[in-house]
Amino acid sequence: MSARDAILTGIRRNRPTGDFPLPEVPLFTPLVGDDLVAEFGERLKRMGGRVAEPGTDDVFAGVRERLDAATVIASAVPELTGNRDLRSVRYPQEVEDVDVALVRAVFGIAETGSVLFTEGQLIVNAVAYLAQHLVVLLDPADIVPNVQAAYRRPEFGRSAYAVLHTGPSATADIEGVLIHGAQGVRSLTVLMLPRSA
Amino acid sequence: MSVEDLNPREREGVIHPEVRARSDESERSQDGGRLQHAEAASKPIRAPKVREPQPRGAKTRGDRPINQAEAAERFLAAPLHQAAHDERLWDLRKKRDASAHGIPEWEELRELASQIKTHTLSHLDRYLEQFEAAAKANGVHVHWAKDGADHNRIVLEILRSHGAKTLVKSKSMLTEECGFRHHMAANGIEVIETDLGERIQQLDNEEPSHVVAPAVHKTRMDVAEVFAKTLGTDPDNDDAHYLAESQRETTRPYILKADAGMTGCNFAIAETGSVVTCTNEGNADLSGNVPPLQIHSIGIEKIIPKVEHLGVFIRLLSRSALGSPITQYTSHFRAPRKGTEMHMVLVDNGRSERLGMEEFWTSLKCIRCGACMNTCPVYRRSGGLSYGATYSGPIGLIIDPTFNKRKYSTLPFSSTMNGSCTNVCPVKINIHEQIFAWRKVLVEEHQIPALKQGMMKAAGAVLSRPAAYRAAIGAADSALKVLPRFAVYNPLNTWGKKREMPEAPRQTFHAWYKQNRMKDTGR
Repeated sequence: MSARDAILTGIRRNRPTGDFPLPEVPLFTPLVGDDLVAEFGERLKRMGGRVAEPGTDDVFAGVRERLDAATVIASAVPELTGNRDLRSVRYPQEVEDVDVALVRAVFGIAETGSVLFTEGQLIVNAVAYLAQHLVVLLDPADIVPNVQAAYRRPEFGRSAYAVLHTGPSATADIEGVLIHGAQGVRSLTVLMLPRSA
Repeated sequence: MSVEDLNPREREGVIHPEVRARSDESERSQDGGRLQHAEAASKPIRAPKVREPQPRGAKTRGDRPINQAEAAERFLAAPLHQAAHDERLWDLRKKRDASAHGIPEWEELRELASQIKTHTLSHLDRYLEQFEAAAKANGVHVHWAKDGADHNRIVLEILRSHGAKTLVKSKSMLTEECGFRHHMAANGIEVIETDLGERIQQLDNEEPSHVVAPAVHKTRMDVAEVFAKTLGTDPDNDDAHYLAESQRETTRPYILKADAGMTGCNFAIAETGSVVTCTNEGNADLSGNVPPLQIHSIGIEKIIPKVEHLGVFIRLLSRSALGSPITQYTSHFRAPRKGTEMHMVLVDNGRSERLGMEEFWTSLKCIRCGACMNTCPVYRRSGGLSYGATYSGPIGLIIDPTFNKRKYSTLPFSSTMNGSCTNVCPVKINIHEQIFAWRKVLVEEHQIPALKQGMMKAAGAVLSRPAAYRAAIGAADSALKVLPRFAVYNPLNTWGKKREMPEAPRQTFHAWYKQNRMKDTGR
C-alpha cells in the first residue's frame, strides 16, 4: 500500500465519529474606530513600522532622507524610478545589494497595521526581504477594518504568493531584546499615497 | 542618516557596548513609545553579568524513561538561568493576557477555533484529498510520508534529483520530530537554520527548548559563547544587537547560495492548497523565495477548510504566543515561482493513530503557540530541555507518550495539575485532564515505577468516589499543617523542593458550602 493510501485508510479507521459541524465565521464588529487611516497608522507604529505623509511639493518627502542615503534603489512602483530594474532581474539573488525597495500594497488592515503584497506587486518576491529597507505605498482607500475582512479578499485564493507584512523583520530571541532586521528588512515605512489614476 | 546607518556592515570593528546604528529604531516607535511586538519583553530582562554555566537538558538513553526531575534539579541549581527563564516566560504570559483581554470576542474565537479544528479532524481524509487536488492543480508536487524516516527519505530524493547540496530552512517542529537535520548531515546535505533562536541551538548542538522561542533557556552570555566558538565573534561582547547582527551577516551568504529552501507549516488550506507560515524574522519568506527549489513540510493535522477560517487562527496565534496582535510576517505559499519547483510533503508520523485515541485525539488541534508552556510553573522552573523530547511543557506531556510510551512514561507526572494550560489554550484542548488520563493509562500499562503506581492507585480510588475525595482533600489540607517539613518536602514531591507549599485553607470550599449554603436552603 502506498503511504498515501495507508495514511488515508488509517484516518478513516480512526477518525472520531459524531456530528461536528463547521461553524459560520462572523465578520465581528471591528475593534477600530471609523478613521481607518489613523487606526492603521497607530497600530503599525506599535508593530515597529513607520508612517509617512506625502509632502506637498515632494510626495516622497517623508522618506527622502532614506532614499538619498541609498546607493541601490529598486522600485516596483511607477511613482518613482530607482536604479535597479526589477523586471530585468533573472535570479532573486541579484537583489541582495538593494538598500531601499519601494512597493505598492494591495490593501492594509487597520486592526493590525498590516499590508498585503502578492507576486504582482513585488515583481521579485525576495526584494521585500533582501533589501535593507522597505517603503510601501498605500492608498488610504485600500484599508480594511480587520483580519476577518481581509480574509474575505480574493487575493489569497488566486496569487501564487501572498504575504502580510506588519512592520519590519524582528526578533527577540536573545533575552527578549527587540531587534529589527533579524533576517529581512531593517525598517518598513508606509507612505499614504492614493493610487495614480 | 548616513550610508553607514543604512548598512551596518560598514561599521565592523565597532564593538561593545553599542554596535547598533545610531538610527536604530528597534526599541522605540516613531512616536517614542517603548515597542514590545514580536517576542520582545515588555521590560528589559537581563541576566546578571555573572558567568553561570548553562544547565543542559535531560540525559537520554535509548528508550529508557526520561528523568525529567533530575534535569529540572540541575536547572534549578542554576539560579541565574532559572530566574531569567521564569521571568521571561511569565512576561510573555502577561502580554498574552493583556492582548486577549483587548478583544471582546476572545472566548468566541477560542470556541470557533476549537470547533473548526474538531470538524476538520473528524473529516481529515476528505480535507487532505481536497488539499492534495488543489495543490496539484497549482503545479505543486505533493508527497505523502508515513513517518519521520519516510519524510527524510522523500526530501533527500527531491534534493538529490536536483543535485542540491545545501538547504536553508525556517523553524519547524515537525522536522525536529523527524530528526531531519541529523539525517541530512549523515547524507552529505548541509542544512542551515535561519531563525535566530533555532540557529543558536543548531550551532550549540542542542534541540530547541520552546516551540516559539527555541533558545529562551540561554542567557546572552551563553549565546556569546556559542557564537564566539562557531562564528568567530568577540567572546566578550554579549550585546544582543551585536550577536543578532553577526548571525544575520553570517547566515545571508548561505541563503543566497542555497540550492533549496524549506519551511514548516502553521496552517494548510484545503480550499486553495496553500501553506501558511507565521514568522517574525521573515526567514520563511527568504527560504521560500530565494532558492530555486522550495519544500514545505506539513503535519497532516495542520489542515483547515477555507481561507476565511484562517482569520480566526491568525487572530489567536500570535496573541496567545507573544501577546502581539499578529506576527510580522504571515505568508501564504500557493504555487511555485516561474521557473522553480515547489514540493509539499504531508507527514503523518503517528497522527492518524492518535486520531483514534478517544481521550487524546483532541491534542491534534494544537497550533503550537506555546501559551501552555509559558504559563506552566513546572516548565518555567525546569526549562524545555529537561523533558528530553521534541515537545516540552504541558502539550508535550500529552503528545510525547504517543510517540514512545516507555521513554516518555514519566512526563505526565511533571505537572501540578493547576489547569492553567487548559485555560490559556487558544483551541481549548483540555490539557490538564489529558495529563491525568495519561497517568491512568501509564499506570494500567505498567509503564511507571511501583512507587508512583501506589500513589496513583490511591489517587484513582479517591477520585472515583466523590465522598472519599472530599474526605481526602480535608485530610491533606490538615496534613500540611501538622506534618513536619521533611514529610512535605520529601523527594517524592519533586515540585515542593523550590517552593513553599500553599497555606492550607482553614476549611475546604465544599465543607464551607455544606455548613453555610446548604443550611440556608434548609437541607
